Amino acid sequence: MIEVRDLVKDFGTTRAVAGVTFSVRRGEIVGLLGPNGSGKTTIMRILTGFFPPSEGRVSVDGLEVGEHSLAVRQRIGYLPENVVLYPDLTVRRFLRFCAEVKGVPAAARRRRITEVMAACGLVEVADKLIGQLSKGYRQRVGIAQALVHEPLVLVLDEPTVGLDPRQIVEIRSLIKSLGGSTTILLSTHILPEVGMTCGRVIIIDYGRIIAEDTAEGLTRRLRGSEETRARVAGPRAAVLDAVRAIPGVEDVREESAADGVVALVARSPRGDDLRRDLAAIVVRQGWDLLEVRPLPMSLEDLFVRLVREDREGGA
Amino acid sequence: MRTLAVMRKELASYFAGPLVYTVVGVFLMATGYQFYTTLSGYVQIGFGMNILENFWQDFFVNHIGFYLLIVVPLFTMRLLAEERRLGTIELLYTYPLRDAEIMLGKFLACLIVFLVFLGGTLLYPAIVYAIQPFDPAPFAARYLGAVLFLASCIACGLFVSSLTDSQVVASSCTFVILLLFWIITWNEAAVSSTLLTALSQLSTFDHFWAFSRGVIDLKDLTYFLLFIGFFLFLTLRSMESRQWRGRR
Repeated sequence: MIEVRDLVKDFGTTRAVAGVTFSVRRGEIVGLLGPNGSGKTTIMRILTGFFPPSEGRVSVDGLEVGEHSLAVRQRIGYLPENVVLYPDLTVRRFLRFCAEVKGVPAAARRRRITEVMAACGLVEVADKLIGQLSKGYRQRVGIAQALVHEPLVLVLDEPTVGLDPRQIVEIRSLIKSLGGSTTILLSTHILPEVGMTCGRVIIIDYGRIIAEDTAEGLTRRLRGSEETRARVAGPRAAVLDAVRAIPGVEDVREESAADGVVALVARSPRGDDLRRDLAAIVVRQGWDLLEVRPLPMSLEDLFVRLVREDREGGA
Repeated sequence: MRTLAVMRKELASYFAGPLVYTVVGVFLMATGYQFYTTLSGYVQIGFGMNILENFWQDFFVNHIGFYLLIVVPLFTMRLLAEERRLGTIELLYTYPLRDAEIMLGKFLACLIVFLVFLGGTLLYPAIVYAIQPFDPAPFAARYLGAVLFLASCIACGLFVSSLTDSQVVASSCTFVILLLFWIITWNEAAVSSTLLTALSQLSTFDHFWAFSRGVIDLKDLTYFLLFIGFFLFLTLRSMESRQWRGRR
């Protein structure tokens, strides 16, 4: 559905995108991940026809973005970064404008606007001025305008930034529910978000793709060792010793110990899941297991490793 | 169709704020005052053979025309500059809209706002007509001239607004350009008569003055249409510059 080949974008002497190639299949949800200034927004702006690439080919639904700009824009719903909307229009009026411009037939317009407002939770603010809405609501209006013409492709630049946790959950489930029928490319700098919504992740740094995989695949590939966090209600020294004694445990780090509860992080070799052994020991000793979970890799860790791997591979 | 959608959106923005209502009010008060004083002046002092026709020509150009020239930049400054400052231009440029559709939608919306201004001024001929009926035909030419003059000012303002994201810069530069085209032939003593003839071809004032005699001359009509076309063309080029400049 989306084909990007050897994409290059220069701004004067700065190379913002330096030869990016990827494709997104119909119905897939793909995350573009990378630090600020890595070229995510530039790629999205080229894809949505905002400006042309310096070199390379970009096509959506088989149509070259440069040659068939209007047809491509008709197929795309785009949520720009830092959604800014017309502050002096009401939500309903703005969505009507979007529907008109994006060619939603007059007969279907009212129904479509109602649907999209319901899907994005905008019904109660339909007749408020956009300028008076909170950041969260404005973000939802931004998503609603991208969805109003039922596009084949959704391009979402940082869709959950600035939202409160409850809204983030809502938006994520909305995005997930659209997957399958709609092809979605979203950018983010939050790794767990990608894991929760996207089937595949493309990681960019300095305008180049440095990795492409599923979120779990990346974590698995890059993690040098596993870390398991546990909270156990039991005597501090005995608990730590018992965990150290589990076969395969390389190191145990105590995080805190208060009110008879020990929080610890145990490290084991890659691919070695400690959770079963740990739980078994705690139960055998008659202590209470309050928490046990593998520690996810942080974006910082992932990034540092990827960049290192990339440099070593290139050298 | 899409042009009309852009136009309706612009109109909704214009009429959502107090600007239109306030400025129309002030404009009608100012021209109303000038109407009364100028008409009394002409009636008392005379000024040539055809007092009433001379009055209308003077009033249309020097009062209605000039006040509109002052007001136009206030309405054109936001057209593209504000979209760029807010960032909403990114939405417009990624919607299935041609640049020309965006531009024409905005141009027409602003022109419609100014038809409200002109509509208000119909009161003045109506008052005179109630006292002393006259042939209304010359007013068709006068109002056509006013609409063309306004459209020219708006095209120029739209172009300037496409160059900057500061509304203050947009409005002040527009005002200076419009004023220059207006007063370019005023200092008759300073230039040779050949140059003066050449300059008068460029002057919005001289062409509007011709219309307000109540006569439609193809030469004046062509002038305004070229003026509008020229600035709309420049606006399109300026909007397209994002393709190679890489900025909004």
